Amino acid sequence: MKNLLSIRDLSKDKAIELLSSSNEMSAVNRRAIKTLPTLRGKTVVNLFYENSTRTRISFEIAAKRLGADVINVSSEVSSASKGEGLKDTAQTLEALGADAIVLRHPMSGAAHAMATRGWISSSVINAGDGRHEHPTQALLDALTINRHFDAGCDFTGLKVLIVGDLLHSRVARSNFLLLNLLGATVIATGPKELMPTGFSEMGVTLYEGLDQALEQKPDAIMMLRVQKERMQADVAFSASNYQRSWSLTEERLGQLKPASVIMHPGPMNRGLEISNGAAEDSRSQVLEQVQNGLAVRMAVLHHLLGGQS
Amino acid sequence: MSVILKEVTLASGTRADIRIEGDSIVEIGTLREKGVDCSGLMALAGLVDPHTHLRQPGFEASETVLSGTRAAAKGGYVAVTAMANTDPVADTSKIVEDVFALGQASKYSFVQPIGAVTKGLAGKQLSDITAMANSRAKVQVFSDDGLCVFDENLMRQALQKVKEFGGAIAQHAQDPTLTDGSQMNDGALSIELGLKGWPVLAEEAIIQRDAELALETGSRLHVCHVTTAGGVEIIRWAKKQGARITAEVTPHHLLLDQELARSYDPVYKVNPPLRTSVDSIALLEGLVDGTIDMLGTDHAPHSSEKKDCEWENAAFGMIGLESAASALHQVLVASGAASWQLFEKVSSQNPAKMLGLAGYGSIQAGARANITLFDPAASLPGATPSASKSSNSPYANLTLQGRVQHTIRDGHFTMFDHVLKEFDD
Repeated sequence: MKNLLSIRDLSKDKAIELLSSSNEMSAVNRRAIKTLPTLRGKTVVNLFYENSTRTRISFEIAAKRLGADVINVSSEVSSASKGEGLKDTAQTLEALGADAIVLRHPMSGAAHAMATRGWISSSVINAGDGRHEHPTQALLDALTINRHFDAGCDFTGLKVLIVGDLLHSRVARSNFLLLNLLGATVIATGPKELMPTGFSEMGVTLYEGLDQALEQKPDAIMMLRVQKERMQADVAFSASNYQRSWSLTEERLGQLKPASVIMHPGPMNRGLEISNGAAEDSRSQVLEQVQNGLAVRMAVLHHLLGGQS
Repeated sequence: MSVILKEVTLASGTRADIRIEGDSIVEIGTLREKGVDCSGLMALAGLVDPHTHLRQPGFEASETVLSGTRAAAKGGYVAVTAMANTDPVADTSKIVEDVFALGQASKYSFVQPIGAVTKGLAGKQLSDITAMANSRAKVQVFSDDGLCVFDENLMRQALQKVKEFGGAIAQHAQDPTLTDGSQMNDGALSIELGLKGWPVLAEEAIIQRDAELALETGSRLHVCHVTTAGGVEIIRWAKKQGARITAEVTPHHLLLDQELARSYDPVYKVNPPLRTSVDSIALLEGLVDGTIDMLGTDHAPHSSEKKDCEWENAAFGMIGLESAASALHQVLVASGAASWQLFEKVSSQNPAKMLGLAGYGSIQAGARANITLFDPAASLPGATPSASKSSNSPYANLTLQGRVQHTIRDGHFTMFDHVLKEFDD
């Protein structure tokens, strides 16, 4: 395995292997000396064309714990700008010795372009491409569910509900694919205009309202972040309406099973898609997700660069 | 100069020898003389392309009239068109005559310029259609291809205008209000890939509207590159109503579908987009039952800078002249869907008729010697080098069935045994 571009590229066995190795990395992270220098001498470049604090820092710490050198490159790019940039940037970074490029880019398919067109031979990790995918987020979400339910990477019988702006969410797409791969029942809901029916072909059952979806008694509920920057352009968007219909409010907490988990990819808009009460509920796994993200990224880097097939 | 072709197979299935004198076929039968051994080869009416982008003037880095006609000869074409979306746009008699002259200077293929319907392809004001029709380029067909003539009143005026001299409007059916920023076919796959969808409605609504305008005006309408099952259905209906409507389909919409977009490789990015396999089947059915009249390559060369980038930044279009005959053979004849006679009709006869070109479309004594010799038993590997200046072929990883072996234009070989003839002047 050279690149991680899409969950579609993973077989079930490969996904399970990555989750198992993430578990081992979690153990490393609990040690007093949290390093496992298998990538000493390797260079990992975080190339981020969109703002992101947590994903970038997570990759940075992950690479450092494995002993790699890390370089962060941020660049502003508008989707209208001409495309020569990405190829030249990739080749420049490789010429400077990058063994892996962690790419976040506003265009769907940017990581595929970088990895599959013969531009470079470095590994490419998709850290979010447009509205397409964010595979390490799905892996960390799966790891969180797996650990909480001690599921042994078999999610049969587990029902996961994803709520919010599905249309623009790469987190949702990667989760749809990975959760299905692991055998979960995947359901989703969100505002009608942000929930295209095409998602049903990705193995998702769509519900019209949050309350209706909650009646399905999910074992895990993932609240997607409202992408305010996108919503502000949309005159029809009303925060109070959204909050009323789609927020995990304290009232709605009561509809959740006691043994369920509450998840959010972060950063949270408290009071919008998730209430303070839900974020801090004993069932909330938000901080575990962050910790698991670190483990997952260590495992992915280790797999791609550590000489393991 | 005299050429004898020995033991060709005609589209009818008849085996015969062909004698060519000068630019004409003078005899078909059993000849005593020796000649070019054509046993195993189909002798088909030389291919005519109703939809070619030659890119000159303005985009010579992608293609020129010369390189495009060389690609044409390599693909078995003897006549191609030159779409109007050049820089400057072919919207005056001066530009169409310039392009026509460039075509006349190439021995590889006849070049029929297509005039722009509106000035600068801007969709605001009709270009000087009559002047282009009366020019040396004798333009009969007008198109804003690449863009749609969206203004209904303007489209109606254009149809009325070409009726005066029996011309046609070739419409690129794409409602721009439904396709702003669209990247690929609209549906579950575009949702998964996070690329903006291009609804079939954007194409079908315009075909429907134009069909009604064609009925109302009694003018000739040509529908460029139909891609949807619904579009085929509308054209079928319009023909039943008596509309003077012709339609074309591209090889890539017959052969390829949207699943290729999963690679995010812009070589598969094309306008109109690759649709579903259900659409491809409907297109083939339409071609077989005569709803769709012809094959059009929509040969759209782009220099590698415009393709070797992210999908959303890449240009739309694929080259197709050199692969079209093999692609059509594979999907139409080798599959058993139709006969060689239909192949000849949709690749030569019907496009020549639509374009108003004489001297193409049949192999018979007395006809101009425009002949494509095709080997159905050979194959066309995807990696075959191209005569085009561009390399954006979607078949790079495919081997197509059958291959053009020789091309004869007006009595002269432009390609012999897959090798282009080099002309001194």
